[in-house]
Amino acid sequence: MKTAVIQFPGSNCDQDAFHAFATVPGLPARMVWHKDESLGDAELVVLPGGFSFGDYLRCGAIARFSPIMRAVTGFAENGGVVLGICNGFQVLCEAGLLPGALIRNECLEFRCTTVELRVEEAGPFFNREKLGERLMIPVAHGEGNYLIDGEGLDSLRKNGQILFRYAARGSAADRRLENPNGSVDNIAGIRNRRGNVFGMMPHPERAVESFHPSRDGIPVLKAVLEAAKSGAGVGV
Amino acid sequence: MSFFLNVKINVFVTPKKNVLDPQGAAIAHAMTSLGFKDLKNARMGKVIELELEGEPGEDFEASMDRVCRDLLSNPVIEDYRWSIEDAG
Repeated sequence: MKTAVIQFPGSNCDQDAFHAFATVPGLPARMVWHKDESLGDAELVVLPGGFSFGDYLRCGAIARFSPIMRAVTGFAENGGVVLGICNGFQVLCEAGLLPGALIRNECLEFRCTTVELRVEEAGPFFNREKLGERLMIPVAHGEGNYLIDGEGLDSLRKNGQILFRYAARGSAADRRLENPNGSVDNIAGIRNRRGNVFGMMPHPERAVESFHPSRDGIPVLKAVLEAAKSGAGVGV
Repeated sequence: MSFFLNVKINVFVTPKKNVLDPQGAAIAHAMTSLGFKDLKNARMGKVIELELEGEPGEDFEASMDRVCRDLLSNPVIEDYRWSIEDAG
């Protein structure tokens, strides 16, 4: 599995993503600069976290027009598997490859913490049987408040497109604390309807080593690799 | 010889009415704390000032709308409007 990690000016989780996809599973991966126009022979594309173009205008709004994004869009349209993490998720929403948008956290603060995620039933790769019921994964963002209109939300639910929710336990008051950003329906990650484009605010690439807060990112990365290997969106 | 005009355009981007605006809410909260009693609501958006040189073409309005939709605003969460101001 050949992974391409896209680097935008201001990406800052690119090396972590590279490490998590290349070193940890020992698979070939390479960095692709945003000005490149081709993904080469990549079989999986990762848009990493960070602050592409300084988050100017809106998070991900400028990166969406980088030359490489035309290739990423074509890759996704052909069924290629794309994962966007944090800023990468924002870029995918801005590019229209995933529905909805990510706005300023409800609390107005940058949230840097490890959250508990509830795994949802979102198809053959992202489900409780594969990933377990709960995962502890770090988040670090100021604009992770996922927003979509009622009709869009119904469609996400109906089609099993919600990958993870911020785990809600206890009373309504506690529940609010555990959603770090005010996301609608506690959504932490989604996929497109076809099942080949994935976006999530938490950072699985920061949960792969023994010195990380957890190693729960490994099954998430495995799920993405498995989706890419099986050609998740091809011919659907 | 054609006229070359300096045209200034103001683009206003605002959060959609049904979209929660945490920044507007924080501003409203601060204003209320300052004793501003009659405040009903505050919404925060942004203004983008554009300066153009030359004569606007026939499809100028359509291209302004396109750039507002594709880049300057995100139609999922924001509304936009723009107006021309003669900069002389």
